Amino acid sequence: MSVDFSVGLYGLIAIAATAMVITRARPVHALLYMVVALLALACLFDSLGAPFAAMLDVIVYAGAIMVLFVFVVMMINLGQPDETRERSWITPSNWFGPSVLAALLLTTLIFALGHGDAATGPNITEVGPTAVGMSLFGPYMLTVELASFLLLAGLVSAFHIGRALGEKR
Amino acid sequence: MSAADPSAGLYVAVILFALGLTGVLVRRNLLFMLVSVEIMLNAAALAFVSAGARFHDPSGQVMFIMIITFAAAEAAVGLAIILRMHAAGRPTLDADSGNRLGG
Amino acid sequence: MGGMLLPMVIAFPLAGSIILLLSAGEMPRRATQLIGPGSVGLSALCALFLASSFLSDPPVSGSFHVVLWHWLTLPGFAAQIALSLDQLSLVMMLVVSCIGFLILVYAAAYMDDDADICRFFAYMTLFVASMLLLVLASDLLALYVGWEGVGLCSYLLVGFWYGELNNALAARKAFVVTRIGDALLFVGLTLIATDVGTLDIPTVLHTIHAGPQTTLGCLLLLGGAMAKSAQVPFQTWLPDAMAGPTPVSALIHAATMVTAGVYMIARLHDLFLASPFTMVACAIVGTVTLLLAAGSALTQTDIKRVLAYSTMSQLGYMYLALGCGSWQGAIFHLVTHAFFKALLFMGAGAVILRMHHEQDMFRMGGLKADMPGVFYAFLAGSVALAGLPLISAGYFSKELILSNAWNLSPLLWFGALSGAFMTALYTFRCVFLTFFGTARGHAHGHTGLAMAIPMSILAVLAIFGGYMQTPAEIGGINMFANLLSPVFGPMREVGGTGLLLIGSLVPIIGVALAWTIWKPRDAVPAPANHPVQQVMRANWGFDAIYNWLLVHPYFTLGALNRRDGLDRISDGITWVMHGGSQVLARMQSGQVRRYAGWIAAGTVIALCLAI
Repeated sequence: MSVDFSVGLYGLIAIAATAMVITRARPVHALLYMVVALLALACLFDSLGAPFAAMLDVIVYAGAIMVLFVFVVMMINLGQPDETRERSWITPSNWFGPSVLAALLLTTLIFALGHGDAATGPNITEVGPTAVGMSLFGPYMLTVELASFLLLAGLVSAFHIGRALGEKR
Repeated sequence: MSAADPSAGLYVAVILFALGLTGVLVRRNLLFMLVSVEIMLNAAALAFVSAGARFHDPSGQVMFIMIITFAAAEAAVGLAIILRMHAAGRPTLDADSGNRLGG
Repeated sequence: MGGMLLPMVIAFPLAGSIILLLSAGEMPRRATQLIGPGSVGLSALCALFLASSFLSDPPVSGSFHVVLWHWLTLPGFAAQIALSLDQLSLVMMLVVSCIGFLILVYAAAYMDDDADICRFFAYMTLFVASMLLLVLASDLLALYVGWEGVGLCSYLLVGFWYGELNNALAARKAFVVTRIGDALLFVGLTLIATDVGTLDIPTVLHTIHAGPQTTLGCLLLLGGAMAKSAQVPFQTWLPDAMAGPTPVSALIHAATMVTAGVYMIARLHDLFLASPFTMVACAIVGTVTLLLAAGSALTQTDIKRVLAYSTMSQLGYMYLALGCGSWQGAIFHLVTHAFFKALLFMGAGAVILRMHHEQDMFRMGGLKADMPGVFYAFLAGSVALAGLPLISAGYFSKELILSNAWNLSPLLWFGALSGAFMTALYTFRCVFLTFFGTARGHAHGHTGLAMAIPMSILAVLAIFGGYMQTPAEIGGINMFANLLSPVFGPMREVGGTGLLLIGSLVPIIGVALAWTIWKPRDAVPAPANHPVQQVMRANWGFDAIYNWLLVHPYFTLGALNRRDGLDRISDGITWVMHGGSQVLARMQSGQVRRYAGWIAAGTVIALCLAI
C-alpha cells in the first residue's frame, strides 16, 4: 500500500506543479514549476519500474530542454510590461471555454480507462536499461533511425532559422 | 523493485494531458504554449511508460525515448521561431497575431 | 450531275455561314463582304446551272432525288435527309438563291458602316442555307429542320441591334409567335407520321386518304404555316419584326421566310385537297388577313410598317389562292411578290439610309428630286404592288388569284377586290408622302452601285416579270403554269373578260383616289388621328387583346409562381451551402489556439464514438 501511496504522491506533486505552470504570468516561474513537475514525473517513472526513463527524463527534459527554455527567456528578456499584459490575458472568460473542453476530454479519457481491462492487479517488475537497450537496437532499429532523422531535421531547421536571424541583425 | 499500480500512472497521465491542453488553449504567449505542449508530450510519455510497466515490456520506454526526441526537436524549432519573431520586431509573443502573416 | 450539284446549293451558304461565325468578327470587313454575298452567289450559280440542266434535259422520274443519309430508322417510322428537285422546288430555289444574292449584295453596301457586319452576314447566309434546305427537302422532317432554322435566323436578325430593348422585345415576340405555329406544325407532322409511317413527301401524298385525322393534320399544318406567314390571328409579330435591318426585312420578312408556309401547303397540295374544310378555312383566313392588313397599312406612318402590312396583305392573297386550289396562282404571286416586295424594301432601305434612319413618311417628302434613281425603282415596285394593269408583274398574278376566287365564291372575290383597291390606295399614299410635295427632311450622300444594281434588276423583274403567265385575253402566255403542271396538274381555265376589266380598273381608281387625297399641297401633311384610324394603325387592337388575354395572364402566373416550392428547395440548398461555408470559413481564423481547440473537440467526439 505504501507503494501506491508513493505513486499517488508523485502524481499529485506533478499535477499541482503543472497547474502552477499553466497559470503563472512570469515565464521563469512557470519554467521552475515545470522543472518540479518533471522531477516528480521522474520519480513516478522510477516507482513504475522504469529507472532508465526516469534518468533520461531528468537529464534530457529537466536538464537540457528546460535550460534551453530558460536561455530563450533570458534572451528575449520578457519584462514588467509583458507580465501585466500576460495577466490581462489570463481572465476567467478566457479560461472558461478551454477548461470545459479539457474537462470533457478528461472525463471521456477517465471513462475509457475505467472501462478498459488494463487495470488489473499490481504486479510490477523493473524493466532495466539493458532490456530497453536490447529492444532499441533489436526490433526497434527502424524507430531509432527515424528518431535520428527527426533530430537531424530539427537541427537543420533550427540552424536555418537561427542563421537568417543572425544575418538580419 | 516497487509494486505500484500502473493504472494510477495512467490516470495521472490523463490529468496532465488535460492540463497541458488547457494551457495550450488558454495562453496566448507562444512560450507558454510551447511549455504546455511539452506537458502534453510528457503526459503521453507517462502513459507509455505505465503501459510498459503493466505488460513488463521495454517497448513503453522505447516509445518514451521517441517522445523525448520529438520534444527536443519541437523545442528546438519552436524556440528558434520565437527568437526569430522577437528579432523581427514583434512587440509580444502573442500567438493570435500570427494570422496576419506579416513575418 | 444534278445529284452532285444539288447539295452544293445548300452547302455554299452553309460553309459561308460557318466561316463567318467561326471568324467571330476578326475577319477584315472586305473579306466579310466578299464571303457573305459570294457564298450565296455561288449557290445561285449552282441553282441556275441546275435549272438549265433540269429544263433542257428533264429527268425521267420527274425530279432529281439525292439521299444524303438516313437520319432515323425506327420500327414504324423512318426519316432520311434527302433533297429533291422538281419544278416547284426549282422555282423556289431560284427565288431564294437569286433574290437572296441580290439582297446580300445590297446588304453589303447597306451594312457597310456597321460594326457587326460579320455577325450579320453569318446569320444571313445561315438563313439562306436553311431556306434552301426547306424548299429542297424531300422529307417533311428535313423540311422542319429548315423551318426551324429560318425561324431561328429570323429571331437573330430581328434582334440584330439587340442593344435597344424594343428590338430585343420584337425579336422575342417574333420568335414566340412563330414558335406557337411551329408547335402546331410539329404536332401535325407527328399526326401524319403516325398515320403514314413516314414523312417522305411523295409517300405521304400517295398514301393519304380523306378522313377526320387528315383534316386535323391539315388544320395543324395550316396553323403552322399561318404563324410563319403572319396570317390572322398570328399576324402581330410581322410589323414589330421591322426592327431588324432593312435587308433582313427584304429577304426574310418579304421575299422568302414568310412565304415558307405557302410553299409548304403548295408542296402538300394533295394532302390539302383531301380536306376541303381546311381549304375553305385557308381561303377565309387569307381574305380576312388581306383586308385587315390593308386597312392597317392605310394608316401607318412608318414606311417599313406600311410595307410589312402590305406583305401580310399579299400573303393573304396567296392563302386565298391556296384555298381556292389555284396552286399556280399562289406560287406565281409568291414569285412576283418576291420581286417587287424585295425591291420596295430595298428602296425604303435606301431612303432610310440617306435620311439618317428616319422612317416616318411624314418627315420625308419631296425626295423625288434628291434621289431620282431610288424614286423610279420604288415606283416600279409600287406599281407592281398596286397591280396596275399591263405594266406590272403584280397585276397578272393578282388577276389569276381574283378569277380563281370568283370561281370559289363571289364574296371572297369581292373581299380580294376591295383589298386590291386598298392596296393601290396605301401604296400610292406611301409614294406620294415620301417622294412628292415639299421636302420635310434632307437626304444626304449617295446611293452606291452595289445598292443600285440589285434594285434595277428587281425593278425590271417587277415590271416585266409578269409576262410569264398572262390571261387568255392578253396574249394567253402560259409559261409559268406549264412549268409547274407536272407538279400541280394542268391549270383550270377560269375567269372572264368582265372580271378582268373590273380587276384592271380597281387599282387605277385606287391610285386616282390616292392622288386626290395625298397629292402634294402647300400644307405639311399630318397623320390622321380619328379613333378608328388609331385602332387600324395599332393592328386593329390585336396586340392589345393578346396582351390582355395572353401575355399579362402569363406574366402574372409567372410572377405568382416565382417563389414556388421547387425554387424554395433549390434556394434552401444554396442557403445551407452558404451558411455552412460561412461557418467553415470562420473556423479558418488562422489562430493556432483555435485550431488546437478544434483538434481537441474532434478528439473528444472520436473518443465518445469509440467508447
